[in-house]
Amino acid sequence: MLKKRLIPVLLLQNCRMVKTIQFDKIRDVGNPVTAAKIYDAQIADELVFLDINATVEGKEAVKEIINRVTEECFMPFAVGGGVKTLKDIQELLRIGADKVIINSAAVEDPDFIKKAAEKFGSANIVVSIDYKINNNGEKEVFIHRGGKPTGLDPVKWAKKVELFGAGEIILTSIDREGTMTGYDLNTLKEVTKAVNIPVIANGGVGTLIHLKEGLTTGNASGVAAASIFHFTDQSPIKARQFLANEGVNIKF
Amino acid sequence: MIVVIDYGTGNLKSVANALKLFGEEVKISNKKEDIINSERIVLPGVGTFFEGMKNLRELDIIDTLNEEVIKKKKPFLGICLGMHLLATRGFEGGICNGLNWVPGEVKRFELKENLRIPHMGWNNISLKKESSLFENIPKNKDYYFVHCFHFIPDLKEYIVATCDYGIEFVSAIQKDNIFATQFHPEKSHQNGLRILKNFIKWKPENKNA
Repeated sequence: MLKKRLIPVLLLQNCRMVKTIQFDKIRDVGNPVTAAKIYDAQIADELVFLDINATVEGKEAVKEIINRVTEECFMPFAVGGGVKTLKDIQELLRIGADKVIINSAAVEDPDFIKKAAEKFGSANIVVSIDYKINNNGEKEVFIHRGGKPTGLDPVKWAKKVELFGAGEIILTSIDREGTMTGYDLNTLKEVTKAVNIPVIANGGVGTLIHLKEGLTTGNASGVAAASIFHFTDQSPIKARQFLANEGVNIKF
Repeated sequence: MIVVIDYGTGNLKSVANALKLFGEEVKISNKKEDIINSERIVLPGVGTFFEGMKNLRELDIIDTLNEEVIKKKKPFLGICLGMHLLATRGFEGGICNGLNWVPGEVKRFELKENLRIPHMGWNNISLKKESSLFENIPKNKDYYFVHCFHFIPDLKEYIVATCDYGIEFVSAIQKDNIFATQFHPEKSHQNGLRILKNFIKWKPENKNA
């Protein structure tokens, strides 16, 4: 039986691992390669690396990090941040990424998802959807690290990216990100109901109960989290133990 | 030396690094002479069936692979797409002929239940027969899968392991010196690495001179 996934997120800025609150207030939280090795030893199900810098120099730094992670961690990971071309995807897959995450470029050119899926297979293409409540009180997808509104509704956009060939969605509530107040379960539920590809919940985990809620109430295929592992004494091992005790179908 | 075939779209570094962990000399290459000089051959894979076959054709290495794997019976490991390409034909990215080393077809999941596609994440396999590739590994453990298509061999005798995702599908096959997995051993923590370790010392039976 397919298991639910527990996924630590590593935000990267140049050579460092950072953490943000609502995509702002960047704090340094350590060395990403060391963190990845620890998560590997703690048998996390998967890792997500997101480059929030995504400049030319930033991209090179990320490749170097991924190269080093690939040498020591024999576990799955997805990599994203500034992915704009098929060549970007190819390079990340070659150096060891299992899946590549597209965000802004997917909105700016939905055909890019299609081309990427055709060339590399849907299973390896993830679309990241970041949304927040806009000034009109409606949910709206934002790109460029929350800086640019798109006019898109997250649930409708999720359906579209599935249609274009995305193999997975990482759904992030910008309002919840880094706040440790729990996932936006209502939107998560709507999205997991609307699409038939796996959805990873992201943004807001502060307690182990939040992880369970994402998997059960939210029906996510996986739960991503960062702050809880950076700033509390919880680890993937403890989280897995908790989820298993709560009856969640997770690898143990 | 083990050659990891570089054919464009694949995830090569992880599998090469994993094999190097056990002290093996590994070359990532698509050159004929490296395939000829190798002792073992690994065809990894990320990408579509159509793209994969197109790349192998354009690299002009299919005849060399046939010679080394089918005629000379070198131990061969296919992973994910590298397993699919062994089939007679596939349907991902358009109908396309495969290497036809293990007769069968590669088709998209058609799931009755409300199960999501791709089949993505950790799932436990079910061993159907003894294989030296699974030696010293606890039985029926979880391995990492990422795929929308699956291999349907013509003959059941090739099936080493299956996996359950609404339907029972094939997760490992073996035919003489050819072994292949739908899951990614290089991404499946300790038990995956053990499979690679077993591959390194594997001496297939029925090895014709």
